[in-house]
Amino acid sequence: MISGRNKKHSAAGVRREGASASGISLRQRYNGWLAHHRQSASDSLERIFNAPVSSVLTWLVIGIALALPAALEVGLSNARQISDGWNSPAQLSLFMKDSVTAVQTETLREELLARPDIAEVIHISRDEALREFTALSGFADVLDSLEQNPLPNLLLVTPVSGANQSMTLHAELAADPRVAEAVMDMAWLQRLNNLMELGQRLVLALGGILVAGVVLILGNTIRLAIESRREEIVIVKLVGGSNAFVRRPFLYTGLWYGVGGGFFAALLVATALWFLGAPVADLAQSYQSTFRLGGLGIMGSLNLVILGGLLGLTGAWLAVSRHLGSIAPR
Amino acid sequence: MITFDRVSKRYAEGHEALREVSVELGRDELVFLTGHSGAGKSTLLRLIMLIERPTRGQIIIDGENLAKVKARGIPRHRRNIGVVFQNHQLLFDRTVFDNVALPLVIAGYEHREIGRRVRAALDKVGLLARERALPITLSGGEQQRVGIARAVVAKPRILLADEPTGNLDPALSAEIMQLFEAFNQVGVTVVIASHDLALISRLRHRILTLREGRLVSSGG
Repeated sequence: MISGRNKKHSAAGVRREGASASGISLRQRYNGWLAHHRQSASDSLERIFNAPVSSVLTWLVIGIALALPAALEVGLSNARQISDGWNSPAQLSLFMKDSVTAVQTETLREELLARPDIAEVIHISRDEALREFTALSGFADVLDSLEQNPLPNLLLVTPVSGANQSMTLHAELAADPRVAEAVMDMAWLQRLNNLMELGQRLVLALGGILVAGVVLILGNTIRLAIESRREEIVIVKLVGGSNAFVRRPFLYTGLWYGVGGGFFAALLVATALWFLGAPVADLAQSYQSTFRLGGLGIMGSLNLVILGGLLGLTGAWLAVSRHLGSIAPR
Repeated sequence: MITFDRVSKRYAEGHEALREVSVELGRDELVFLTGHSGAGKSTLLRLIMLIERPTRGQIIIDGENLAKVKARGIPRHRRNIGVVFQNHQLLFDRTVFDNVALPLVIAGYEHREIGRRVRAALDKVGLLARERALPITLSGGEQQRVGIARAVVAKPRILLADEPTGNLDPALSAEIMQLFEAFNQVGVTVVIASHDLALISRLRHRILTLREGRLVSSGG
């Protein structure tokens, strides 16, 4: 007798127990439940491996769909890493007023050097500047013909790296009466930041679309799996299988497809980075930079696999809740 | 054990499968359900299994009114009923053992207990030696016996059979009926739908006769 399951009846003592009666204890049921999870997990994995071509295709489709936004994100985080080095302006250019002499400029230089938020100040006197300009511009004749040096004294100020108060510093220095103009080239940095923001949005939008795509692909794959096992589902329901019991193998199938897809995505991103690594290093070398492409890393790859698994479960859940109810004994 | 109280079933397309059927089946009873095809035999079994719900009337099984069993409770209800189908309804990609084990796996039995019970059930139907076979390699009679083993493995209180001998020759049919009688003798309520009058009239059990959805005879 299996009446131990039916609390209402056994509690009331209504039901007669047969000679070989044995109720199922909670512990036994838990073990049985665990065993069915194990069984479902291994069965669905076996089914996936039994159809290697179509399974690998499904994995690749999911892998590619996940790899695209993941690769974009990796690219973006690399770009961010580069641009972080530029985030505080490397230099402020202080153009002295015409009336300020080289000696006075030198005094200002020393004052500035004493400040804690300034790392370095280079003084380029107007004569030096003219010499340099003459040499570099090729306008030597024109410049020679000038009666008077048109260039001001210049201080190149390098803030302490990481200082975020460059705007304040800029305002303070511009207010100095000896300074005609303080120029901080921030516009391009602003543009870069805007571009990065745009890139981030693109990654999000593309990621959202492709994630939805992955869920739909998996949902459809699971729907086909459900269709192909329709008879089995009917039989299981006839002998008393609950919806959770029927659902379980399909949820595991979705999970495995998702996890495999995530794994392929991580593999694709790693391959692409390996492929780009050498030329990027060469390029960085030519800029005297030691920059190396950063990858997903172990955690990033793991996250991708977990994300794939979650999407697989979601897709399977959608398919199962949509299609399993309609399969009933007739 | 099973009480039908003025039960009618009209299908959505208007066909009246059962009309005002009232009958009471006791514990330990083995009952044959007979009548022409379309007389309502299968519908009656389907109502007991909650594959269908009655249009009117009440069905009470072991003191429980089936109208109170909600959709969520249907699997639990079915686990208390063993069913044998005419077309066996076996899983053809699983071994005999796995087929018979299915109700126990669903009920959440432990691995060792499943092995013990499945072998006991297969032993009863004489198929212990074939536990590793795939159903497709078995004869029709053997497949039916696998179906019976699966129906009784969880020791249900009620055993339903829908034309269990439909495709079998007389000798095999008699064997199958003997199996049902054996289960009945250990206290299982058995309901067998069959139109094999020659066979069932020899077996001295109560016979319910349905004609066009009405119960025309409930003696035996």
